[in-house]
Parts: sequence; structure tokens; C-alpha cells
Amino acid sequence: MARIDLDLAHAYKPNPRGDEDYALLPLQMSFADGGAYALLGPSGCGKTTLLNIVSGLVKPSQGGVKFDGVDVTKRTPQQRNIAQVFQFPVIYDTMTVAENLAFPLRNRGVAPDRIARRVGQVAEMLELSGQLNQRAAGLAADAKQKISLGRGLVREDVSAVLFDEPLTVIDPHLKWQLRRKLKQIHHELRLTLIYVTHDQVEALTFAEQVVVMTRGRAVQIGTASELFDRPQHTFVGHFIGSPGMNFLPAQAAESGLEVAGHRLGVAPEATRGKGPLTLGVRPEYLRLAGAGSQGALPAVVMQAQDIGTYWLLTAQVAGGDSLVRARLSPHEAIPKVGETVWLTVLGPRTCFYGQDQQRVGETAP
Amino acid sequence: MKPVNQKAWLLILPVVLCVAFSAILPLMTVVNYSVQDIISPERRVFVGLDWFKSVLRDDDLQGALIRQIGFSFAVLVVEVPLGIALALSMPAKGWHASAVLVLVAVSLLIPWNVVGTIWQIYGRSDIGLFGAAIARLGINYSYTGSARDAWLTVLLMDVWHWTPLVALLCYAGLRAIPDAYYQAASIDGASKLAVFRYIQLPKLRGVLMIAVLLRFMDSFMIYTEPFVLTGGGPGNATTFLSQYLTQKAVGQFDLGPAAAFSLIYFLIILLLCFILYNWMQRVGTADKTEAGHG
Amino acid sequence: MELKLERVEQRVGAEAYLYPLDLTLVPRAVTVLLGATQAGKTTLMRVMAGLDAPSKGRVLADGEDVTGRPVRERNVAMVYQQFINYPSMTVAENIGSPLRLRGEKNVAARVKELAARLHIEPFLDRLPAELSGGQQQRVALARALAKNAPLMLLDEPLVNLDYKLREGLRDELSQLFASGQSTVVYATTEPTEALLLGGYTAVLDAGELLQYGPTADVFHRPASIRVARAFSDPPMNLFAGQAGAAGIALGGGVQLERTLAAAHSPTLTVGVRAGALHVEPHEGDLALPGKVELAEISGSDTFLHVATAIGELVAQLTGVHEFTLGAPVTLHLDPRQAYVFDASGDLLLAPERD
Repeated sequence: MARIDLDLAHAYKPNPRGDEDYALLPLQMSFADGGAYALLGPSGCGKTTLLNIVSGLVKPSQGGVKFDGVDVTKRTPQQRNIAQVFQFPVIYDTMTVAENLAFPLRNRGVAPDRIARRVGQVAEMLELSGQLNQRAAGLAADAKQKISLGRGLVREDVSAVLFDEPLTVIDPHLKWQLRRKLKQIHHELRLTLIYVTHDQVEALTFAEQVVVMTRGRAVQIGTASELFDRPQHTFVGHFIGSPGMNFLPAQAAESGLEVAGHRLGVAPEATRGKGPLTLGVRPEYLRLAGAGSQGALPAVVMQAQDIGTYWLLTAQVAGGDSLVRARLSPHEAIPKVGETVWLTVLGPRTCFYGQDQQRVGETAP
Repeated sequence: MKPVNQKAWLLILPVVLCVAFSAILPLMTVVNYSVQDIISPERRVFVGLDWFKSVLRDDDLQGALIRQIGFSFAVLVVEVPLGIALALSMPAKGWHASAVLVLVAVSLLIPWNVVGTIWQIYGRSDIGLFGAAIARLGINYSYTGSARDAWLTVLLMDVWHWTPLVALLCYAGLRAIPDAYYQAASIDGASKLAVFRYIQLPKLRGVLMIAVLLRFMDSFMIYTEPFVLTGGGPGNATTFLSQYLTQKAVGQFDLGPAAAFSLIYFLIILLLCFILYNWMQRVGTADKTEAGHG
Repeated sequence: MELKLERVEQRVGAEAYLYPLDLTLVPRAVTVLLGATQAGKTTLMRVMAGLDAPSKGRVLADGEDVTGRPVRERNVAMVYQQFINYPSMTVAENIGSPLRLRGEKNVAARVKELAARLHIEPFLDRLPAELSGGQQQRVALARALAKNAPLMLLDEPLVNLDYKLREGLRDELSQLFASGQSTVVYATTEPTEALLLGGYTAVLDAGELLQYGPTADVFHRPASIRVARAFSDPPMNLFAGQAGAAGIALGGGVQLERTLAAAHSPTLTVGVRAGALHVEPHEGDLALPGKVELAEISGSDTFLHVATAIGELVAQLTGVHEFTLGAPVTLHLDPRQAYVFDASGDLLLAPERD
């Protein structure tokens, strides 16, 4: 178990000039000992590069990595004592499950009886005990991923376990079980876990702190509720949540707050004097209201979809072409297509963003 | 079950005709000769399986067969590991990868009788680089005089000529292994030997199967290079099967026994390849059948 | 195109890839093939396209028997998981290829129009290898749309894209399908995707067609436990129960008050969707006290794993809720929201829909 501190940047070429030359823009980050972290972002944002720098498979072009205060930038993954689980299962085809799990310990010269005991413990934790003597090559994808994970856990002094989109090849209903297993393992062993994914559900359910990244930059680090309720950047609002945040143009004027061409009462303190802004409100917080209600906009319903546990409403704001989406409970009265409804956009969780996409403070509740 | 397209038959008809003309008809001719005694072009006597029996009892033939098996075995034992080792040491990326690939492949491009001629001169104690160097070291070396030296030279020539094929096949196989395996092995603390044994070798299985089959078939049928180098000598020390066959058919004009033996030759190769292929296939699928009920 | 499959069966050697099934696709609508990997979706699509002939049964396109006819003679467009494009042709040439094969005029203008619809106009002169995954898939989609075939098949086209990209492209696809005239068949493993695409859904499991109907209907009224299992995300909570006079007895002394009209077996299975469980009590609810095993926060929802007297439950709660592990919690369930299946797995009772 180790605390990991990062203070680095990584460029594609030796003399980077602009932001595009960097795979990872200069960042400083700390992963606490025993914490579960997720690096979340779209393809190409640099999350896998960051993970590989932490594991030692890639050396950063600037700066370094410290484990428990010791600079490990020049050390190999083996020397850093980390374990990594890859996107597709990596197992030794010619060995059985037990031999696969024992492999890292054998390479370190651990005594055979200790190996056997440790392999038994890890197999039990991962529910592989019944398959220990089977050839690893013949098992299903999720069992193989468990073996990959097991190889990392079998070493008692592993400093951190790193995951690179490990559930990519797993079926949806098995993903549930594996995610649970990972959380249980974290709870039992309290290892430092870092998980890279582009799937927000995986990231938010797994991690205590999520690092949201885009184009080589970490835009926000926070817990699931912080990222969901108080996104500091429009990208976080857009990327997290299914569907993402609704964005509408807004500006504070003398007469009040103008949103998408409609007047919505008094402009909140945080928005005054800031010029054109973007209002962000999540579909989960858009409520149906009576006509002309405080802080509500009229919109024409374009689509109403039954998604089982909720209804997804797509509506076009009257007088413009901004589309908004709302999540409605199945117990509410669902409007029909073509109807005009009023949706409350100003609420305690509405956020405003400036021209630089950063948040400009909260609305008054 | 795919829907059948009859037009495809028309497209391959020219090929079928060519193959029939150049392969099947001559094969039928050989079968024809093998069951007849051709005393002269006008007098032919049907002798049934007599030629086959006499050929199989022929001491000279058995000697050639034993020499041939020994040679093929030696070729596989030397070329396959050497080829793998060569592939492992070739660079994977960059401009030097292409340069090394070309260098390695050069010996494959040389016409086979030229290979024989090169080594013929190369091995001479008076003007050959190799022969002269060995003689300078004080070793008595003569591929025309000593059977052992002739064998070694023929083997060395074949290794020089054909190991690059094994190396190139293994090189391609190695490039197909995803990086993640090496990364995982590095994280698991595996030594280079362990990486070779548990990752590279298992993943090269398919490619090695092709290499072994190709080298076996080619070496079993080898003719030009040893013929040019030693002429089958000294005596019949390096007379392998195909040369013996040619001597019989062309040299002595014993068409009957030669034809009979051609067929036997063909069947031997077919049988050995079949056994080899099945064995390698079974080793490969043993993994899948065992753990299928996980 | 109205595509009809009659008693179609696919066997390879001794293995059955598809058990005998009958399926009539609703013309000009989207049909989703939903099932786990290896359920037979790709096999079924290949039979629909004409890439494989079925071992038994007939395929009818607009009433005409096309069973043995190879795919070249049928008018079908197909999009695959692996972004398949002609690698040596530019994007514009890729999109235009079906048009040129048909000898159509005005190819350049049509290509431009399709590229604009799929937002790939700036890339018309590039090669597919120079584009990102999402853009390559858009090129494949544009090519399929250019063909304007009456039948369009998509085999998990979005599975290799990242989450957000998938959402965005799925929305666009829904709109493209709605504005087109083709019958669309879309294979996926994710129940949420089926619900978002709407249309009709055919649920496949281990080579068998279990149910086909409008998506919302199949979701709310699964014909059997297998359908309920395949069409749930998160998985449905299932418990064994015994029918009694007062209702259904689940384990641990819990009684579910539901009366069953028709004759049925005494052993039953009760299914509860994760979204039907809530923490706030409402009148008439069944209370299920238990202990928190795990709380997973995914932003819009919190998934709570609770160990109760009847077994382990997974509840989907809206919003972010913090829970401590091991803390006691009571889940509430409106008995009318429970599904009841009989001993052979068929549906007996489903919740009423307003």
C-alpha cells in the first residue's frame, strides 16, 4: 500500500510549444494510501498515459512520480511493486489457474507452502477456488480477468493495483458482479486502487474520488456527488450523467436573468456583471411546473421515451432551437408529444459557467 | 451453409485444366509405369506389384531412405531453434528493422544451384574462404574425401540457405503478440527465459507448425544443392532419396522401379506430414478441450 | 421491406445455434435484437441478410421466398462492430461506392448530403485510418444509408466506442432511422439501449427467440423469467415463493399480498425490479428490513445492495444517497409492483401500467 504523488507533464515531442503537443498537461495529483480512484474521460484524453506513468511502463517527459515520498520515476513496474489489469485478459495459456496465480510469487522465490496458502486465499476471494486446476486458456472472459486481477492481489506487499478499462470485454450482467467484487476487495484489503475508464457508471460506483480528464487535462477531482451536483467545468456537466447536463445561453441584465430568450426573474448574485454565461441544469433536476411559474421556461415536447425506471423527455425551448432533456418519474403524468410544458430550470443545483467553461458560483437556494 | 454460386466453377476451370495437364496426367503416367516392365518402347509387360516389392527390398534404397531421414531430422533440430533465436534478436521497430529483414532474407533469394556452387567453392581448401580458414587452423577438412565432412557441409549449406525462412515466420509471429503480455510479465517479475517459455513460445505455436512442415517437406525432397555440392559423394554418403530416384530413372532408365518408388516416396511424405500436423494440432487444442466446462 | 422468418433453424454439426423460430419484422420500424453474447444475435442477422442459409425454414422478403438467395442479390445494408470501411478509398469514395455500383447520377451531391447528416463533411478527403473510431463508424453508417436498402442491419455498432460517444451517436441513429424508410434491425447486449431506441424488441437467449413485441411492452410484461433476466439492468431481484391463502410466502416469514386468479402451481418465483424498491414508506407497502451491504453511487442513481430476510436485494434509488456499510435500512415495496412467475418460469402477474 502506498501513497502516490504526481507532479509531471508528458509531451509527445521533446520541445513542446503549445497545448496540443502535450499528451498530459502539467498536473499535480495525490492518491492517498488505500484509496480507490478512477480516471474518467473520453478516448484520447490521456488517462491511459497517466496510468502507465504511474505504473512505470511510460516515463514522463517532465517531472516525476513519488511512492510514499520516494522518487520512483526511474524504477521499473516490477521495482515499484505495482499490479496492473489490462483491457483484455492477459493470462499464461500453458498454465492452470493455480499456476497463473502462483507465477508472481514463484518469480520472487517465495516458499512453496506460502505460495499455496496465498493462492488459496486469493482464489477464495475471487470465487475461483473450484477452477484452480483447470487450464486457464479455456475459461470465460470474466474468469480470465479475475485471474489477471488475482495475479496482482497475490503479492502481499503490492503498492497499488491499476486497472486499464478492465470490464471492456465483459457482458453487462457479469459487469455487475465484477464491480461488486472489486468494491468488496477494496473494502477488505484497503489497497490503493486506480481505475481507468470511459464509462461513468463504472467510475462513479467504484471510486471514492474521480478524476475527470479531457485532452490531457484533469478538469475536476471529486466524489461522485460533488461531480454530479457541483460540476466545476462544463465538460464535467456534460460527461457525467446519462444524459448529460442541459446547457442554455444565459445573461444577467438589469431586468433580470435572460435564459434562452426568456426572462426568469431576478438574476442571482453570482451571475451579475459577468457577461454572457451558460446555464447548466441536469435532466434529473428539471421539474414540470405550472404555466408561468417562477424560474420556469416553456418548451414543446419533441419526444417522450419510456426507459423502464424513468421517462426521458426531449423538449425544444419555445422561441429558439435549444433542446433540453428531463428525467421524469413513471408515477408523474407524462406529457404528450407536441404539448407545451413548463420546466423549472432555476433551482438549488443549477450552475452557471463563464466563457472559459469554468463555474461562476452557485444560485441562491 | 453458404448459398452456392455456380459461376465460381467457370472461373476456376482454366486452372483445373492446367493442373490436370501438368500434374494429374504425369501422375497417371507414373502409376502406369510402376505396374509395367518396359523392356523397350514396344514391349511392355504388366507385372502388378512386383516393382513395389523389389524396390522396398532394395538395400541401396533403404540406405538412401535412412540417410534422408537422418538429414531431415538434423535439419529440423538445427534450423528451428536457430530460426527462433534469430527472430528474437531481430529489431521490432524502426528503419533498422527493415534493413535487418532484407539482410536476413537475402540467402532465400539465391537460386538453389547457385547456392550449391557457392558452397562448392567456399568449402575448397585451396581457394575457398571457409575451407582455407579451416585448413589454416590445422583441421583436415575435405568434403570430397570424407563422408563426415561432406555431411557437415551439406547440413551447413542447408542451414545457411533456409534458416532465414524459419526466422522470418517466427518474426511475423512475434510481432503479432500484443504488448500487454510483455507488460504483464514485466509486472509479474518474470525473467526473460520465463517470458520466452510462457508467452512467446506458446503464441508461436501456429507459426512454428508451418515452419516445421515446410522445412520437413523441403528437406525430404532436397535435390539440387547436395547434387551440385557433392554429387552425392563421396561414394553415396550424401545420396539422398530424390537423387537416388533420379539415378535410377534417368541414369539407369529403370522406369518401372523408379515409378514405383516415386509413388512410395510421395506416400511417405504425405504420411509423415499428416502425423506431424495432427500431433501439433492436438497439442494446440488440448487447452481448449480440458477447461471447456469452467 | 417486410421480413418474415418461418420456422428458421440453424445447426452447425451437432450444435444448435438457433432453435426453430418464427419472426415477422414490422416494416419500416426499428427491431432490436437483445441478448447476451453468444445468444444467437449475429447468427440470426446473418440469416436475415442472406450471408448464411438456415438449416431449416424459410426467409420471406415482401412475400417472396429468398431463402437460398445469396446476399449479393438481396438489397441489404450492414454495419458491423469493427468500423469496416474500404481502407484504400477516401471517405467520399467509401460513401459513394454503393451509389456508383448502382450507376446513379449525382453521386458527389448525395455523398455531401449524407456526410453532412452524419457530421463528417470536413473529412471527405481523408482515409478511414486517419479518423477516430467514432468517425470511422459514421463513415460506415453513411455508406449503409447511401445504399438506401429496404433492410438495414446493425450488429452492435456502438460497442467499440466510448460511453459518451455512444450516447450521442445513438440519439443521432434514432433520428436517422425515424426519418428513413428502411426496416432496421439493431443487435445489442444492453437493455438500456433497447429502451432508448424504442421500436420493437426481440429477446434472444441461448439461440432461442423468447419474446417479440413493442419494446416497452416486452419490458413491462416479460413472458418468462428468462426474458426478465435478459431485459433488466440492473438484474431483476428474484425469489422463490409458495402460494398460500393470504398471498405468497417468501422466505424469512415475509408475505407478499397478491392474489392469483388462475390455477397455478404452488411454487412460484417473485420478481422485483430494482427501481420498484424505495426507502421512503408509502401506504400499503411491504417493509423489508435489512442491512446495507454495498452502496454504489452512479450520479443520477444510487444502487443499494441490502441483505434482507428473503435474500439479497438490489435497489435503484434516484439521486445521490450516502449509506454506511453494515447500517440497518428498510426497503419498501408496493406489492402491486411485483412480478409473479410460475414454476415453469412463465409470467402469471405483472404490475399494472398507468
